[in-house]
Amino acid sequence: MPQTLFDKIWQSHLVAKRPDGRDLIYIDRHVMHDLHTPHALAQLEKKQRPVRRPDLTFATQDHTIASKPGRDDTTNPEGAPFLRATRAGSARHGIRLFDLGDPEQGISHVVAPELGMVLPGATHAVPDSHACTVGGLGALAFGCGASELEHVLATQVLALRRPRRMRVRADGRLGTQVTAKDLALRIIAEIGVAGGRGHSIEYAGAATRGLDVEGRLTLCNLTIEMGARSGFVAPDDTTFQWLAGRPFAPQGAAWDRALAHWGTLVSDADAEFDREVAIDCATLEPQLTWGTDPSQTVGVSARVPQAASDGMRRALDYMGLSGGEPLAGLAVGRVFIGSCTNARLSDLEAAAAVVRGRKVAPGVTALVVPGSTSVKRAAEARGLDDVFRSAGFLWGESGCSMCAGGNGDRGLPQERCVSTTNRNFENRQGTAVRTHLASPATAAAAAIAGHIVDVRKLMAGAA
Amino acid sequence: MTPFTTLTGAAAPLLLDDINTDQIAPQQMDRRLDPDYRAMLFRRQRQDAGFVLNRPQFQNAAILVAGRNFGCGSARETAVWALTAWGIRCVVARGFADIFRENCLQNGVLPLELDGAGADAVAARVAAADGAAPFTVDLVAQTISGPGGPDVHFDIAPADRMRLLEGLDDIGLTLKHADDIAAWEGRTATDQPWLQSARDHRR
Ligand code: SF4
Repeated sequence: MPQTLFDKIWQSHLVAKRPDGRDLIYIDRHVMHDLHTPHALAQLEKKQRPVRRPDLTFATQDHTIASKPGRDDTTNPEGAPFLRATRAGSARHGIRLFDLGDPEQGISHVVAPELGMVLPGATHAVPDSHACTVGGLGALAFGCGASELEHVLATQVLALRRPRRMRVRADGRLGTQVTAKDLALRIIAEIGVAGGRGHSIEYAGAATRGLDVEGRLTLCNLTIEMGARSGFVAPDDTTFQWLAGRPFAPQGAAWDRALAHWGTLVSDADAEFDREVAIDCATLEPQLTWGTDPSQTVGVSARVPQAASDGMRRALDYMGLSGGEPLAGLAVGRVFIGSCTNARLSDLEAAAAVVRGRKVAPGVTALVVPGSTSVKRAAEARGLDDVFRSAGFLWGESGCSMCAGGNGDRGLPQERCVSTTNRNFENRQGTAVRTHLASPATAAAAAIAGHIVDVRKLMAGAA
Repeated sequence: MTPFTTLTGAAAPLLLDDINTDQIAPQQMDRRLDPDYRAMLFRRQRQDAGFVLNRPQFQNAAILVAGRNFGCGSARETAVWALTAWGIRCVVARGFADIFRENCLQNGVLPLELDGAGADAVAARVAAADGAAPFTVDLVAQTISGPGGPDVHFDIAPADRMRLLEGLDDIGLTLKHADDIAAWEGRTATDQPWLQSARDHRR
């Protein structure tokens, strides 16, 4: 019987069926972070259960770590207990930690792929809903809560209900300055924030295939904003070339053997999906959110919609909008380029290409926080930090920073912020902060112009 | 985990869609390692004196009734801990986000999904009762009862129902399959050895 790629990965990781009907799915790699590690390890120890596979388990400090240059444990005082408990717990259980000061510290969803911990056809768990990011390499990933984290630590499996299968086909080609982020926001706008609930999403189509690996990671990152727990892109030569030689990827004969297997990781031609969605990318323009959930998205040349429901009215009020005004031209107070969505090297390069030779508009606070310390180093080697700094951007140390403000980096009340992150929820980036999600290039353009602008026009000198 | 059989108490109406975990438990407002979860529940909305959980009759609410896609957003289990710290052990909604739903089951909280006429009826009756009379959720009979009308039936996956009824320890259930896990590891070490080793080749 023809199988989807999801079926193949699921089947090959099925350890047993529990009598309660749940499938036990083996987790090949498991990455924890400072926000949830302390609690999960404490629970495990209380029940005197060991970590089953510390050799397949990693930890990183990302959520509560400060982004200020010269940071230490106490730069963000509220983070210190989390950082210290994560450090002590990782040491007790022999778990490799990418700690403050480690040259490879960073956001888990950035670190795991770039070091080659995540592999095509492998399963992956992180106690964070954006675990789905690593689907960009063809892995099946599950974001989980604290109890499920404890479950993986104790058993190395997750007890799951099998999701349904959905395929999102992005047809056509993405135009200039139209990125994976714009595509993902468009998909969320089309299917809604619960559109993928109960499903695992395979992204396909020419536009998906045309994305580089970092773009695929961005696309898959936003899967949870469609309500689906996992999303992935079938691996191909682009994936294999990107992975080859990364420190945790197999090497030599083992690589050749893995590669032969990875070649089989595609959905069979007549495999059936429970749901199919197609998006035409031919006319897609840069996208921004206007409201307070990621489905409230329009193209940069569009007007903010008129309120058609109480929910929309609330969103417009929160955002300081009346409805019907053009999105372009809205004055911006803050710009944030960072997060597991858009803080890899190619993202910073795209933003730097807009910023180079220009200045941040007066009155705008602009911040770049690389997704990992490795990304930061690579960006500095290319002189990107100079490009940003000389334009007036702040250049931070890696972590989640203003994505959820968990480390104290926040905007000001009523401040309009263009952000490359993944959630424009009320108060997420600080009390009453008005977040507009966008791509790195669009965010950079807003910092330069001082208002929301079509980056293509800015680059052409027409805005 | 405390078994869940029946639950009786005030049902608080919060009839909005897409309530996310940042709203349920705004961790931004209490960043301690061991925060006060009761104080955290809907803390931002509770700054508004008229918010439903500020009203006297809902100080010990046992049931929360919401709209579509409850619990979307982050994977943070703190959202469920904030609910249980308040005493809420059942959320009635027209749908739950996948991870939140799972987190409920892990904590003995019943994510009770209703749609169509059943959901409309319960929402209207809970709003009308306004905390003056209690509602009862019976997981054995799979009914909601309370003032204003007949019992409303609800569906739930048999396995999830059993887990809540018996208060089963999820890890304990899985560890009964320790041999299967070891066998899988053994097989995979031969068939796909790269999955069973996460070695840093520089070390
Ligand atoms: S960058 Fe934001 S979404 Fe990503 S892991 Fe950190 S807090 Fe979560």
